[in-house]
Amino acid sequence: MDSASPVARFWDEFKTNRIAVAALGVVLLIGTLALISPLISPQNPYDLSRLVLMDARRPPGYVGSNGFTHWLGTDAQGRDLLSAILYGLRISIQVGVIAGGIAFVVGATLGAFAAYFGGRIEALIMRIIDLQLSFPAILLALVLAALLGQGKWPLIAALVTAQYAYFARTAHGAASTERSKDYVDAALSTPLAARRVVFRHILPNCLPPLIVVATVQIANSIALEATLSFLGLGLPVTEPSLGMLIANGFQYMLSGRYWISIYPGVALIVLIVAINLVGDQIRDQLNPRLRR
Amino acid sequence: MNVPAARPLVEVQDVSKRFTPHVSIGERIAAMLGSPVETRTVHAVDNVSFAIRKGEVLGLVGESGCGKSTLGRVVAGIHPPSEGRASIEGVAVMGEGRTPLKTTTRIQMVFQDPFASLDPRVRIGDTIGEGPLAHGLVAKADVQAYVARWLTAVGLPAEAAGRFPHQFSGGQRQRVAIARALAMQPDVLVCDEPVASLDVSIQAQIINLFLKLRRELDLTMLFISHDLGVVRHICDRVAIMYLGRIVELGAAADIFERPRHPYTRALLDSVPKLVTASDELVTFKPIQGELPSPLSPPPGCHFHLRCPHARERCRVEVPRLEGDPQPAACHYPLAP
Repeated sequence: MDSASPVARFWDEFKTNRIAVAALGVVLLIGTLALISPLISPQNPYDLSRLVLMDARRPPGYVGSNGFTHWLGTDAQGRDLLSAILYGLRISIQVGVIAGGIAFVVGATLGAFAAYFGGRIEALIMRIIDLQLSFPAILLALVLAALLGQGKWPLIAALVTAQYAYFARTAHGAASTERSKDYVDAALSTPLAARRVVFRHILPNCLPPLIVVATVQIANSIALEATLSFLGLGLPVTEPSLGMLIANGFQYMLSGRYWISIYPGVALIVLIVAINLVGDQIRDQLNPRLRR
Repeated sequence: MNVPAARPLVEVQDVSKRFTPHVSIGERIAAMLGSPVETRTVHAVDNVSFAIRKGEVLGLVGESGCGKSTLGRVVAGIHPPSEGRASIEGVAVMGEGRTPLKTTTRIQMVFQDPFASLDPRVRIGDTIGEGPLAHGLVAKADVQAYVARWLTAVGLPAEAAGRFPHQFSGGQRQRVAIARALAMQPDVLVCDEPVASLDVSIQAQIINLFLKLRRELDLTMLFISHDLGVVRHICDRVAIMYLGRIVELGAAADIFERPRHPYTRALLDSVPKLVTASDELVTFKPIQGELPSPLSPPPGCHFHLRCPHARERCRVEVPRLEGDPQPAACHYPLAP
């Protein structure tokens, strides 16, 4: 190798933005905490036998009947909020990343093939996607979540359907540019199969804009999932995500028990803002027109 | 070149290639309602026929925008022709259907810009090896040795296989592109201005590489260029193209010494020469006017707007490519 790898150069530039580095740190921290939440949380919020109704709706810092301190208070069922938030983050991130990942694969593939084949296939795929993009994602997800019922996988299916179109649009734009380049013509003159040209040559060259969309869309799907759960259409009560925790505390807001809603809300906001800051920096670096 | 082969290896028959921009639904409705919708069809190649004999190098010469690259891409099976067909030993290069695909590996192509024709994200060993692997020319276990062999053949070290295109210079990249084309073991190589984007010092190296490979591999070539010096150096026969049509075709020496078409004459005259045979400095004569737009080619002979010998007939009647052994598409060809 005669020069540093592209990844190393990318990181060198990324490092110059302190806010983005801090945001990346926050994302990684929250991600790690969520991943190991069963190991570090003071209480298993899903174990109903451990919950003491006496301890319900206690303020932050309250020392519970079984001896340990609820640093962020407890909710209406006497759950330790810190534990519930850690578990909630775990589910929110899991759903967001899986939904974003599937939407990425489906959308990028559709968009790239549309650009590759052109003509009627392209027109058909892209018109469907345009039609879908003209609906608000939340509306579509609401309808689908209502139709598909509760549960993790129906929810993920609803999120994917609401979001793949963004990936498809981006992939289509990038792939249309790549399609006209000589290396694609070279592959055609070999000739290589369409599948190979798209997956091996066109899509890898479309990755930079897709990565930007992916970071934003993962944040969006976390927010969308929280919204659906808040409205009671998301995950079942037995697996409370952040959105449901907020919904649980909502009715106590005006009675002064703010912590039940506020703390999960803060966790959600911090996570989404941090992901977006990282995404912004990646976008600035990958967009040559924004280069200083 | 006097012994005619039984059948030419490559035949191009009545090939036309038009590019029609996408017509929107609105425009289609407007056309149905009878409003005149501007058609912007580009006539890149207009009813071209020629043949290349086995082992021959045919030069294709013309100004930028005359359709020579498009013609090359039709022959190489990248663009399906709008009409006519290109074939190798009687087998069409392109399959049938609404979105036809190339069916043969016997014609390969080398592109003008080696910075664009290599996928920047693929190691060059994989770039060279993937075609032969996909078409079963080499077993998966032997592909490394196979790639190394072709890298050596084009004058690159075998270790280069592990590197990415950005780690090479322009000349080296063009060698990689040549290795990729040759690794498919083609009979015919279409070279689209393969040295135009290279430094002059590198150009000679690549030209010599082509000559060496042609000798060793018994290659037949369609060599597209606007550089008359290069064409004269390596081509057996030359086709002169003007605005989508071939206007003159003949042995390289004849074309350069005794052009019959006024455009060929003008093209030769426009090459800056420093010193003539009589040792006096001459200024070159540029061709008058601009190349007309292929969106609306002039009627009759395409060259009549710029031709010093144009007469009334040239403005109306399209001249046919006639004459043997040096056909020219001109109503009033120049005397030899």
